[in-house]
Amino acid sequence: MSIQVRFFASLREQQGREQTSVSGAADVAAVWAAATEGAEPPANALAAVNMAYADWDAPVADGDEVAFFPPVTGG
Amino acid sequence: MEVVILEAPFDPWCELSSRQARRTDLAGRYGGTAVFVGTMREANEGRAVTRMSLEHYPGMTEGQIRAIGDEAAEQWAIQDALVLHRSGELEPGEPIVLVATWAAHRGDALEACRYITEGLKARAPFWKKELGPDGEHWVERNTDGYASP
Repeated sequence: MSIQVRFFASLREQQGREQTSVSGAADVAAVWAAATEGAEPPANALAAVNMAYADWDAPVADGDEVAFFPPVTGG
Repeated sequence: MEVVILEAPFDPWCELSSRQARRTDLAGRYGGTAVFVGTMREANEGRAVTRMSLEHYPGMTEGQIRAIGDEAAEQWAIQDALVLHRSGELEPGEPIVLVATWAAHRGDALEACRYITEGLKARAPFWKKELGPDGEHWVERNTDGYASP
């Protein structure tokens, strides 16, 4: 089992990929670090765990889907 | 409540009448229908825009909009709500979003429609990329619709 990681919009373009997977991360910040080889996240980057907004210190578990994206601009 | 993300252009006014035609159970019960239609403009922040690309997070998008609709239904006595939102490639003049609410009274319909519209703009995971003569760029943030100008 591992954690699925997804990037959207400008973060997807910056990372050069839509998704990856990581293992052994305990929280959202650790998922970002593992998925981006320690890149500094943009100050306004948002995160979601299993499609719900989450703080960067929110815990994650195997099987979770963690997404990173910039501020939303729909409507 | 119905929430649909559409890949192709849509006519919000046709969608409204077909929703009302389908909800025969509500005929005679609602006294107010509130509608917001958001349409793509040909300029934004002083820049000409010829095309727009709308990305979203399938699953989370619908879940967030449903949650916002549920919050509205807890606060105002709405009988039905319809939210349609485009994704994909758009051109100026095309509708982006339709938010409609039905209630016995105008206050509930209007307030709930506003709440869902503002909640969607603040929380639904959509991202706009604008394309124009100056190139392409991501829209960085939505304005706060409740803030004074």
